[in-house]
Amino acid sequence: MSTSTDPKFQAALALHRFGLGPKPGSIAAIASDPRGALLAELDRPGVALVSDGSLMTAAKSSMTAFMFRQERMAERIAKEAKQAEQAAMTPNMANAPAPVQAASNDKLVPVKPDPKAASTADTKVDKQPPEPNVQQRIFRNEARAHFISANRADIGFVERLVWFWSNHLCVSADVVPYMAGGYEREAIRPHVLGRFADMLDASASHPAMLIYLDNFRSIGPKSIAGLIGKVGLNENFAREVLELHTLGVRSGYTQDDIIAFAKVLTGWTVLPAATNPEHGSEFVFNPRLHEPGPQTIMGKVYNEVGVNQGRAVLADLARHSATATHLAHKLARHFVADEPPPALTERLTQRFRDTDGDLKELAKTLVASPELWDAPMTKMKRPNEWLTAMRRAMPDLGREIPGRPSNVVQGLQARARLGEPLWRPPQPEGFQDVQGPWVDGLAQRLDIAEIVATRVEASVDPKDLLETTLGPLALPDTRRAVARADSRQQAIALALMAPEFHRR
Amino acid sequence: MTLSLHAPSRRELIAASGILFAWPFLPRVARAEGRDPRLMVVVLRGALDGLALAAPVGDPGWIKLRGDKALTLEGKTPGLPLDGFFALNPAMPNLHRLYKAGHALVVHATCTPYRDRSHFDGQDVLESGFAKPAMAASGWLNRAFGTIEPEARIDRKGALGVGPVVPLVVRGPSPVLSWTPQRVAPASEDTLMRLIDLYQHSDPALARVLQGRLGLMHMASAGNMDALTPAQREQVAGVAAVRAYFAEAAGTAAKFMARAEGPRVGALSFNGWDTHIDEGAIDGRLGNLLGALDGALAAIETGMGPAWSETVVALVTEFGRTARINGDNGTDHGSGTVALLAGGAIKGGRVIADWPGLKEGDLFEKRDLKATTDLRGVLKGVLKDHLRIEDKALASAIFPDSGAAAPMAGLLG
Repeated sequence: MSTSTDPKFQAALALHRFGLGPKPGSIAAIASDPRGALLAELDRPGVALVSDGSLMTAAKSSMTAFMFRQERMAERIAKEAKQAEQAAMTPNMANAPAPVQAASNDKLVPVKPDPKAASTADTKVDKQPPEPNVQQRIFRNEARAHFISANRADIGFVERLVWFWSNHLCVSADVVPYMAGGYEREAIRPHVLGRFADMLDASASHPAMLIYLDNFRSIGPKSIAGLIGKVGLNENFAREVLELHTLGVRSGYTQDDIIAFAKVLTGWTVLPAATNPEHGSEFVFNPRLHEPGPQTIMGKVYNEVGVNQGRAVLADLARHSATATHLAHKLARHFVADEPPPALTERLTQRFRDTDGDLKELAKTLVASPELWDAPMTKMKRPNEWLTAMRRAMPDLGREIPGRPSNVVQGLQARARLGEPLWRPPQPEGFQDVQGPWVDGLAQRLDIAEIVATRVEASVDPKDLLETTLGPLALPDTRRAVARADSRQQAIALALMAPEFHRR
Repeated sequence: MTLSLHAPSRRELIAASGILFAWPFLPRVARAEGRDPRLMVVVLRGALDGLALAAPVGDPGWIKLRGDKALTLEGKTPGLPLDGFFALNPAMPNLHRLYKAGHALVVHATCTPYRDRSHFDGQDVLESGFAKPAMAASGWLNRAFGTIEPEARIDRKGALGVGPVVPLVVRGPSPVLSWTPQRVAPASEDTLMRLIDLYQHSDPALARVLQGRLGLMHMASAGNMDALTPAQREQVAGVAAVRAYFAEAAGTAAKFMARAEGPRVGALSFNGWDTHIDEGAIDGRLGNLLGALDGALAAIETGMGPAWSETVVALVTEFGRTARINGDNGTDHGSGTVALLAGGAIKGGRVIADWPGLKEGDLFEKRDLKATTDLRGVLKGVLKDHLRIEDKALASAIFPDSGAAAPMAGLLG
């Protein structure tokens, strides 16, 4: 699919390539000045932040979940103890002479809500999912905030940047289920339009990252803890910071650099939940774990003491020229094509160096680059982009249906089914950002498209849908296929499966 | 810790196809007469080619129109004779048997008043009961519920629920419950074919992926299910799966309606009748679908049991298809088509048609079988004689502006 200079075409292109897809009226709203609209979104105060004040910090969420588990465990232990006691008593009772009077007042009758009494409704049909526990609520509330940010954004350029950086510096909810959402809000969002160095620092000093990549238990061999026999140094985090977060693989660092950097990072840990009811799960620098003395990394000696040593290394890594190249390539690949135009990568690299890693300047460079407006639409949307574009195009999808899983749960299920479960990348390098791993999921996308089409067929006109979300991008073949569909449901499914809706 | 994330079930994929939507009451008047009538409306979405279902073999223009695609009484797979003029598609032996037994009739050259050939609008008119599209958010069957005096509410235990998507024909102010068949609906091969066709021109990489899935489907329909992984088997559906699904959905819905405490009036729909390419009326895709529909009719008869004698099944579609075969060996959207009435309550064994002829000048806009019978009159006749709904309600609330289409008399025996 090639591009055109028609303003409406450019508006629709901007909404898909930079943003999260048009909502009803979006294309017309920015058609007079698509570039200006993108820049305006970058300038909106607090645009990258989540406004939901009810969300707890990552550390607090983790603590809340921890206490919940403690309580549950205590209940279970108490219950088991009681059962054991009863079991122990039963044979004695059998052997003992029959009690003269049954002591009725020591019999505990559990007061349990009777599910049958509670509802006369046909439970087989109107089955409600069980009430989520506090742990599930933490995750779902974070997921909801994440989805709402994406659905609300006018264009979604900033959200796309959030997603990009969140995936670049990813943690996994498989390891830190109650922190993953808070991590994105605390370490990523405040900095997506700020300096990369600050984001890297926030990420590296976030408990979610330190737990995810094992640094919280890394102990310097010559640290106080190390000297009394506690072992060992964990290189995982140091390696991933160099290989994934900053310089990029095979960019000149050695195994010795990794070990030295790992020593620098010892002491970057998390306050244990069990012993810190107030500040448990928060980041802390623990000097008892920290390897003392200067370290040499890539030829430079770091003489700083304590936590500042790590901060100094991170600051240098953040502005390293290999980091600039690495990030510029990833950014260009994400926004334009699996094989991005070298001139674009070069321009972004240069801009990163010139501005000391100012990410807002990089975003503006994207907007100003002709490649973003000329390149053919070959980039395959990842499942979360495709699902979000669908949701934005059809506000009716946001309606909750009583007795059915909530939109958040369905959104999570759909992402999982398509292989991109929210905040659960398969490895520390995040979800892949090229077509290869995703194209085979097309058949699953069709399944989802059919479910969605069924759900909205009463309220969505397929032709309107095509205009809302693709408008001038819609190819004649697509229009014909939608017009000739044998049902409204099929027409909607075809529109959602149009090649130009999968690609941007 | 992991959240329990269940993947959407195939059940959720099937749309409303095959789901029974029923009125949860017993009709008082009919029961007062000592009858216990059942009415099942089956909507065939996609525009069924009525000429392929019941071919006018006695019309001299027929062979000229369809050439070697024309169903005749001769050849390798001859049609099943109905009345000397029409022959039934050989894929429908059960319907033929019911016809011969006086339990089924065909209304030919019929259509709603809609003539513009858009599926959405055509289905809208068919289901809303209004003369024009997009005039109502409720369906004629639902409004018919509203005029039937209810007796006892039926027992909904264990089976009826509120469906996720209620088709327009039963949508509206009266309560509707749904029942979903246990069997899993086949994946929509038709949608898949259309997407492959779409991708082939614009995005070959995507086409290859879906062709892979289609390949799995064909392996399955060739009987090589064992060669597939469970996940692959999930994705595929052959002819056998379609047949099984139609039969199970319709048959179990019938069993349900046959029960003493079951619903009496309901609707379901079957999709996939839009045969633009390689229609295969006799031994291809449409033939297979008609075979599946025939199996569904047999399953309804069996499922109804003794209640069959008081049953009317009305099978309707939004419009017909072009009288001629198109360049892709298919047919495009048309006008006149068939409606089928089956059931022990029907005075069957006949084809009801004010036959318009097939000469160029006889065809609607020189391309479609002309609709000479207003489908609303047929449905009104059924509602009137079977459920005792009054003329006034039929002509106003249920089928507004249908005064010209009087209830067809004598459909029931």
